[in-house]
Amino acid sequence: MHFIEKTRLMTAADMNRVLMRMASQIVESNPDLSDVILVGIRRRGVPLAERLAQKILEMDDIRVTTGALDITLYRDDLSTVGDRPVVNRTELPGNITGKTIILVDDVLYTGRTVRAALDELIDFGRPRRVQLAVLVDRGWRELPINAEYVGKKVPTSEKEIVKVMLPEFDETEQVIIVEPE
Amino acid sequence: MNPEAKSMLLHRKDLLGIADLSVAEIGMILETAETFREVSGRAIKKVPTLRGKTVINLFFESSTRTRTSFEIAAKRLSADAINISASTSSVVKGETLIDTALNLEAMAPDAIVIRHGSSGAPQQISRIVKASVINAGDGAHEHPTQALLDALTIRRAKGGIAGVRVAIIGDILHSRVARSNIHLLTKMGAEVVLAGPRTLLPEGLEQVIPAGTGSVCFAATIEEALAGADVVMALRIQLERQSGGFFPSLREYSVRYGLNQRRLALAKPDAIVLHPGPINRGIEIDSDVADGPFSMILDQVENGVAVRMAVLYLLAGGEKP
Repeated sequence: MHFIEKTRLMTAADMNRVLMRMASQIVESNPDLSDVILVGIRRRGVPLAERLAQKILEMDDIRVTTGALDITLYRDDLSTVGDRPVVNRTELPGNITGKTIILVDDVLYTGRTVRAALDELIDFGRPRRVQLAVLVDRGWRELPINAEYVGKKVPTSEKEIVKVMLPEFDETEQVIIVEPE
Repeated sequence: MNPEAKSMLLHRKDLLGIADLSVAEIGMILETAETFREVSGRAIKKVPTLRGKTVINLFFESSTRTRTSFEIAAKRLSADAINISASTSSVVKGETLIDTALNLEAMAPDAIVIRHGSSGAPQQISRIVKASVINAGDGAHEHPTQALLDALTIRRAKGGIAGVRVAIIGDILHSRVARSNIHLLTKMGAEVVLAGPRTLLPEGLEQVIPAGTGSVCFAATIEEALAGADVVMALRIQLERQSGGFFPSLREYSVRYGLNQRRLALAKPDAIVLHPGPINRGIEIDSDVADGPFSMILDQVENGVAVRMAVLYLLAGGEKP
């Protein structure tokens, strides 16, 4: 399938500004940052969580703990996808019971990824609270899930795909909307 | 859910042997197993991946390790595992293998793990059932998940398989473990050296097994096989298969081919010791080697669960290809 680029939602500079704002919102709503763990959802949530941690460090001189969650084994569509998705490692730092977990992902869409992430988290312990931070909220929720920290909210059509490009995985850094030709 | 997620391309219904796996497929299974090791280290050692799937362990030969390992692997993936052993099944009432398979198929399992004394039994069953068939050892033919867990253990200890020198010592003739390992190791580029009593080395093996990018050869003596080895694999003397007078006595075997400290010293200083189990202490392996610092026999068991989880996930995880 071929894709055509429709709109550029964010440049690298926009992304930087937005992450800065999200980081300060996280600091504002969490007076005790030593209890916070930023958990990125693989793949693109992981570098985003690292960047938020970096911004918080620059802002408040506190190094927030980070982790990574691979939700593949908790997907609700495994029996319908033909090929088995690649399983990656989940890496959570120590015990999460009693902590404030902030899940970080690039795009919030149906909410099913977040549902899977919540189920997986609960298998590791009982966090005090779980919040959600996403760079882009594109609507079309299929589950009652909402994000506390949103970089940018954009209305999309169902055919469109929001692509968050990060230097860790792509050649450039930007957010674009593409559509199958 | 995530349109960018790369997908596994294990386009097969069954895992019957290493012989028909490609290098890419072997790599894929090992990569997946590597990530499944993490699940076994969690406080709650269970993920919902195969919820609602049924795995039948059909064992016509005795087994503790392999059967338990498959059962634990299935349960950690939330599948329902059912164990059937021949001694307590309708086989003793005279039911044929095909009839047993057809009856199990009627109960709609998603995977059947089978161990059988006859080579080719899993292949035969795989042709008549829709479920994924996983060979857990058939006669002297293959034991693919054992070779995969050995490969995972070697890869973790040595950083890779290509170029690694592996000495396999003992009864090669009756060993499905050796056969699967030779297939896998030569495909992945290892240098395999076999040694044992002449009566237990199958003639013409080099011609039967395509060597891939690696190589396989017979050593004249156990000392020659061990020299410079990175991995030493001692095979179990299968007491139940030694009625043919292949060697004079167990004592004689132990003296000439048993793996002891003195012989292990011929291998590389950091060589690891593997054994598919169950071990016959004092026969093919001395206790001080089996329990020594370079023994990875229990790591093999640990890796076995991860490998079997990976195989179940890749074969029974989604729709049938």
